[in-house]
Amino acid sequence: MATREQQPRVETITATLNGRAIEAPAGTSVAAAIMMHNAHCRIGVCGEPRGPLCGMGVCMECCATVDGVEHVRTCQALLRDGMEIVTG
Amino acid sequence: MSGYDVIVVGAGPAGMAAAAASAEAGCRVRLLDDNHSTGGQIWRRASGETRDSLSHGKEFLQCVDRLREAKAEIRSGTRVVAQPRPGSLRVEHENSWSDLQYERLILATGAREVFLPFPGWTLPGVMGAGGLQALVKGGLPIAGKRVVLSGSGPLLLAVAAELARRGAHIEGVYEQASLGSLIRLSAGLIGHPRKIVEGLRYRNSIRSTPYRAGSWVTEAHGSQRLASVTVCCGGKLREIRCDFLGCGFHLTPNLELPRLLGCQIEAGSVSVDAEMRTSVAGIFSAGELTGIGGLEKALIEGEIAGRAAAGKPTAHLHRRRERLVTFGRNLDTAFRVREEIATLSRDETVICRCEDVKRSALATAQSWREAKLHTRCGMGPCQGRVCGPASAFLFGWQPDEIRPPSMPASLATLAAPCENESRIDLFDRSKMDHESDTRL
Repeated sequence: MATREQQPRVETITATLNGRAIEAPAGTSVAAAIMMHNAHCRIGVCGEPRGPLCGMGVCMECCATVDGVEHVRTCQALLRDGMEIVTG
Repeated sequence: MSGYDVIVVGAGPAGMAAAAASAEAGCRVRLLDDNHSTGGQIWRRASGETRDSLSHGKEFLQCVDRLREAKAEIRSGTRVVAQPRPGSLRVEHENSWSDLQYERLILATGAREVFLPFPGWTLPGVMGAGGLQALVKGGLPIAGKRVVLSGSGPLLLAVAAELARRGAHIEGVYEQASLGSLIRLSAGLIGHPRKIVEGLRYRNSIRSTPYRAGSWVTEAHGSQRLASVTVCCGGKLREIRCDFLGCGFHLTPNLELPRLLGCQIEAGSVSVDAEMRTSVAGIFSAGELTGIGGLEKALIEGEIAGRAAAGKPTAHLHRRRERLVTFGRNLDTAFRVREEIATLSRDETVICRCEDVKRSALATAQSWREAKLHTRCGMGPCQGRVCGPASAFLFGWQPDEIRPPSMPASLATLAAPCENESRIDLFDRSKMDHESDTRL
């Protein structure tokens, strides 16, 4: 991961995204972690994939299920060790 | 005790300055914010940034230090969802709730980008300009990625500079405002040397990048995610391949909470007097809520509101504020969105992203209320925060009254009785942060 090489002192967080193990530097938002692993966040009413729009907790496009809690605004949540993220 | 002399909602520049000013005057102050750390959008910290490496300057650190020294209580990750009775706010923090009592309230909930629909705007990879910047600061790798910025406002240039600094290839900045508008705005900057320096610094950092006035993205293309955009530049259409599009049409104040509390709104912002008092006794407002104006205006208004809420004189600050308010009005004029943008969306273009309501479904509606009742436009989880301003621009609809909750909240939060004293220990002082600011 390029980011890790640039900042070797930054701790790495391990979580799961749709059952798959993922890694990201500490301080990464859940939304950024989802995007950097090429996943969308939710599926729209008509079945289209959707990703973050506003990045600040307003638009709800980045909502996903985090540790069993549905509709979490992933742009406002920080990735934590062992976190289980399930996208739509 | 859960009572505060002053509660400040929003920990951006205005809210931090307000909380610091009130706390320094001896008030017991609580500063609330729904993000995971203080600073708001403009002072959003990038992951891994330390006090020494902060990309934004001394004013943020001054606010942090003032808040700490004056012992203002900061609670991040906290959303205000309702006012169970006057003088009381119901807030949600993670999965629990509490009622907080206040004598004076200062609203500083800031602004969001205006998003206007065009074909393809729902594709993953299409974001707000500020939205993209926030995601990048949240750890999204951008080095080597191709980025187009479009829409309107000074934010486009600031984001372009920041992303270029992080190694993004900025394929172009397409500003819908005409060159004439931008020249008139620049002429008005004579009294604001800091803004000139800032603008030149941004422009200089992306010298090789095209910055085109009177240009805009007409369509985004891709199947599962963004692959390219079409831009209209000097009347000609051109396709540009890109990984991300950051597109926002200047800013609009977050008026939901002031409207819920009954504050008078005029011309799209909260009406205030010279001491930042709203029309509701005991409630003040500062920063972008009173009109988009940027960092300096937010800081001075926060200072005035914080002092006024603590009963301190503010007259020495009024003139400086007036100059910055005028600057903000000039921004609104310069970046007013042209009518061509309203013609970009087609019948099949989604207008309400939460409920996937297409433009054709809204054709017969006469009002925002009718659209909501007949199509569910604006009835989804964002509660019209995105499609409200969009349909106001497209169709001229005015917003409805706001009903609680102002933000989606858990049923437990909504159903709880007023003032449950047993809940107050959730906000135990021993757990109180500066937690989020310890690394600074």
